[in-house]
Amino acid sequence: MRKSVKAISMAMVMAALMLGIQITDSQAATEIQWWHAMGGVNGERVNKIADDFNATQKEFKVVPVYKGNYTETMTAAIAAFRAKKQPHIVQVFEVGTATMMAAKGAVYPVEQMMNDSGVKLDKSAFLPAVISYYQTPKGELLSMPFNSSTPVLWYNMDAFAKAGIKEPPKTWPEVEAASQKLLKAGFKSGFSFGWQSWVMVENFSSWHNLALGTKENGFAGLNTEFTFNNDSVKRIMGDVAKWQKSKVFDYGGRRGDSLPKFTNAECGMWLNSSAYYGGIKKQAKFKFSQTMLPFYPDIIAKPQNSIIGGATLWVLKGHPKGDYKGIAQFMNYLSSPEVQAWWHQETGYVPITTAAYELSKKQGFYEKNPGTDTAIKQLSLNTPTPNSRGLRFGNFVQIRDIINEEMEAVWNGTKDASLAMDDAVKRGNKLLRKFEKANK
Amino acid sequence: MLKRTHFNPSPLPYLLVTPQILITIIFFIWPASQAVFQSLLVEDAFGLKTEFVWFDNFIELFSDQIYFNSFGKTIVFSSLVAFLSLGTALILAATADRIVRGATTYRTLLIWPYAVAPVVAGTLWMFIFDPTLGIVAYMLDMMGYDWNHRLNGNQAMALIIFAASWKQISYNFLFFLAGMQAIPKSLTEAAAIDGAGPAWRFWTIIFPLLSPTTFFLLVMNIVYAFFETFGIVHAVTKGGPAGATEIMVYKVYNDGFIGLDLGGSAAQSVVLMVIVITLTVIQFRYIERKVEY
Repeated sequence: MRKSVKAISMAMVMAALMLGIQITDSQAATEIQWWHAMGGVNGERVNKIADDFNATQKEFKVVPVYKGNYTETMTAAIAAFRAKKQPHIVQVFEVGTATMMAAKGAVYPVEQMMNDSGVKLDKSAFLPAVISYYQTPKGELLSMPFNSSTPVLWYNMDAFAKAGIKEPPKTWPEVEAASQKLLKAGFKSGFSFGWQSWVMVENFSSWHNLALGTKENGFAGLNTEFTFNNDSVKRIMGDVAKWQKSKVFDYGGRRGDSLPKFTNAECGMWLNSSAYYGGIKKQAKFKFSQTMLPFYPDIIAKPQNSIIGGATLWVLKGHPKGDYKGIAQFMNYLSSPEVQAWWHQETGYVPITTAAYELSKKQGFYEKNPGTDTAIKQLSLNTPTPNSRGLRFGNFVQIRDIINEEMEAVWNGTKDASLAMDDAVKRGNKLLRKFEKANK
Repeated sequence: MLKRTHFNPSPLPYLLVTPQILITIIFFIWPASQAVFQSLLVEDAFGLKTEFVWFDNFIELFSDQIYFNSFGKTIVFSSLVAFLSLGTALILAATADRIVRGATTYRTLLIWPYAVAPVVAGTLWMFIFDPTLGIVAYMLDMMGYDWNHRLNGNQAMALIIFAASWKQISYNFLFFLAGMQAIPKSLTEAAAIDGAGPAWRFWTIIFPLLSPTTFFLLVMNIVYAFFETFGIVHAVTKGGPAGATEIMVYKVYNDGFIGLDLGGSAAQSVVLMVIVITLTVIQFRYIERKVEY
């Protein structure tokens, strides 16, 4: 017994020593921890960005750490903050914005941090559709835009040729007609989609200039309520449910789960993020292209603009002052036209600055790859209205899951569209009140 | 004098149980009490603002229809998993007990799935049944059955029940087999001489004598279905579609770690804890009485 106690205390001393060594080690070199959610190929690209930055100077070393998918990364950072071991920079997806914003004691607003560190931040260089999502009502930039995308309509050009579809569809009736032709040509289904709440509710609303909720989609205050249970949203839900039965549409799961349906040519069209460009290019053995999202011509004559998805980089408080100088330099490097243009062309994320867009144009990227500027054109189609600026709802990660659930219930016929959307709004509002209560 | 030496209090027994008690306190009592405390709070994700709200989280929970749905799903899921895995294991063990040749190989093969982690098991099943890429889904499709567990809630439920049962069969098999081998051969032989066939012998002799094992396994399987199946659900369905497979333990995770609603999630885990404690108590007090040791 004595012996084992001794052994345990020895082990504990050893562990403490090792921890101590680690701490002194990280003090010696100014490391900047960057937690991100970019797996696979994009993870390698993130590493390259960090390596390239580290090569430009010797004072700081940015260390990217992959922490799993978006929700896992955000949860990890929050847990780390509670344990006072938070990273310097964390990549948070757009629906986490309200949660991060409300955490005033934890977040160091990027604009303030850049100013405090004496690094110039030119907000006018960023695309309005991107930057407005992450500004306070007063216009202060809270986090650094990094990877932004928007949903587009991907289509299989070979399948279209086989089915005799001449033009990519522009409206929902045209999508239905094209799908019927695809079905006749032997395809299993016409179209599918992923990230369905984002594509079919959030973007559907902004595209048709419809409000998702009161208070400018939550931008103007925490006491907001959902209003997306309107006739237009119910109509598209009802139509998709009808199409599921006739296989004009076939559901294939949340997020990117239905990607194989498209890349295996089971369906001919796929509505999802423009950032699947890299993935489709790698997997598809056919010619493909992208076009703008479809709309109902009797709801809106000309579509408004779509909203972004993707993530931004948030800076967390609680580190030595000197570290933030390095972070500011890194942010500055990250948003430079060269880095952004490269990132955009490799991944399909939209270029977040006008300069990066111009640079890509000059390099002839869009001529060589027709359709790759669909996303950016769609985002900046019109000046954003309060309905199409974006959304800022608390607890939205959870609410999005509720919307997903209710949508699935419509697709499999357990609920009709009208009831499902009413329920989604009811359940969502409950969570909004909860968020308001916790963040008074 | 003799008495005193005999009852001289020795610190040794206390010392010997200390590690166990420490482990229980650190890994069970402390987190459990933390969960109880957390369930009385409303807190933002970062822990910057905390408000003590008494039982608001519980009141909200019990006025939520979705929570009761999840409760119902859990009952269906756990009872089917327990029934299926116990039933299959019993049949397999009964047959394994009778074979002579290649018995070791047969047993080893049956024990293998137990070495597979729940998440890995889930991933295997997910690949086999993937509506687009899965081999079984493809075969079902050829037979004219439209398999899409991402759309159809019943299919999703069936899938996780199969995956969870498959994983647990080995464990049950092992205990059943050991239990059967502990039954004296003379009993079954005597019955055989009296003219009882294999099935009759099984129901009148082996099954009743196995009851302590069955009872133990029933408790273990219920606990398994309630808690350890998280990995399978996470890998296969993530609680979907439309919450059709959101069993209680998954809802705790979803609301707490995805939704960052720590108070509500803690309240659910407290309810879950109470349910499992109650179930175990009931099993030990009422069912155990009927068990013959």
